[in-house]
Amino acid sequence: MAADAGGRWQAALYDLLRRHDVTQFAYVPDAGHRILIDRSLADPDVHSVALTTEEEGVALLAGADLGGGRGVLLMQSSGVGNCINMLSLVKGGRFPMLMLVSMRGDFGEGNPWQFPMGQAVEPVLQAMGVIVIRVDTPDEVIPTVEAALTMVFQSGNAVAVLLTQKLLGAKAF
Amino acid sequence: MAMRYPQGVDVAAATAAGFVLDRCEAVPALIGNPADFLIVTGLAGTARDIAALTHDSAQIYTMAGAMGGAVMIGLGLALARPDKRVLVATGDGEILMNVGALATVAILNPANFSILVVDNGHYGETGWQKSHTSLGVDLEKIAIGSGIQRTRTVAAESELADGARFLREGNGAAFVVLRVAPAEPPSYKRNFDPAACRNRFRTALLGA
Repeated sequence: MAADAGGRWQAALYDLLRRHDVTQFAYVPDAGHRILIDRSLADPDVHSVALTTEEEGVALLAGADLGGGRGVLLMQSSGVGNCINMLSLVKGGRFPMLMLVSMRGDFGEGNPWQFPMGQAVEPVLQAMGVIVIRVDTPDEVIPTVEAALTMVFQSGNAVAVLLTQKLLGAKAF
Repeated sequence: MAMRYPQGVDVAAATAAGFVLDRCEAVPALIGNPADFLIVTGLAGTARDIAALTHDSAQIYTMAGAMGGAVMIGLGLALARPDKRVLVATGDGEILMNVGALATVAILNPANFSILVVDNGHYGETGWQKSHTSLGVDLEKIAIGSGIQRTRTVAAESELADGARFLREGNGAAFVVLRVAPAEPPSYKRNFDPAACRNRFRTALLGA
């Protein structure tokens, strides 16, 4: 895991999300989102919401939108599979939805259990009406999430930004 | 009005297990003035309960799919609007699909959040098959075990007034199981368009 490089853009990413009034950070813990999660836990002005399963986060953020709030769902690629039917709410209700997905079962993966869902992430999200954008390099992270924030909260879309294993590095086994 | 029991439901067994209240009377009695709450409902029965009670008002968001999401939609709304009291009214089947949400609610424990489970022990919409709560599963115990500190089960008319107070008071998330007979919910034709209902709700609440 390229932890040092990740640390730089993750700190900037948290600040970017806060500048865009994101106040609900929902997640199932994942190493790829460690800094965002820790920052949200330490920030008295946001709700840091640990979920038992990722579909809870989809519903949570739809509820936040009903109240005029903004949130982000942080999850690993395997969690995308846990969200599928709940995305009916997002597509049917045209709820804005921002997801940051740390990829497994992707570039250089050493755990065979991660491949089925990792490789299914893009077609599954697209089938449920979610726009998918991949990020492979540290320099792309901030401009990509900034673009996604506009697509979500200005244009009302559901967007998943995939933080790939080219970006995050593959976990060693 | 007399309760209408669907064909094939084992009324004697339900009565013996304490599922006796008429939801058409007990739900309005518990909720009181629905304008006190922003309300998110589950599918089918509770959506009809609340739509009938409020004439499908702009302060309710009813579901007809995405089963298992009602509690978390309510939680997101409660966190976004600490100035309003948020009520989730859902059924036993809907909440059983995602009991983990109760653990998530417990660790956040918002003071403005209440959950009302209208528990008829059956999947009424799909042919009145028994749910787990007819077969020994106790949702209040699940809520307690999940860490929710304020819980009640209401199964008799004499408990309705206390339950109604409990839903709208207190300084932490409230969880009430309302045990009702496996009888038909009110018939009410509500708006099924999830996007139109989103816009309606946000316009009423946010003015935009």
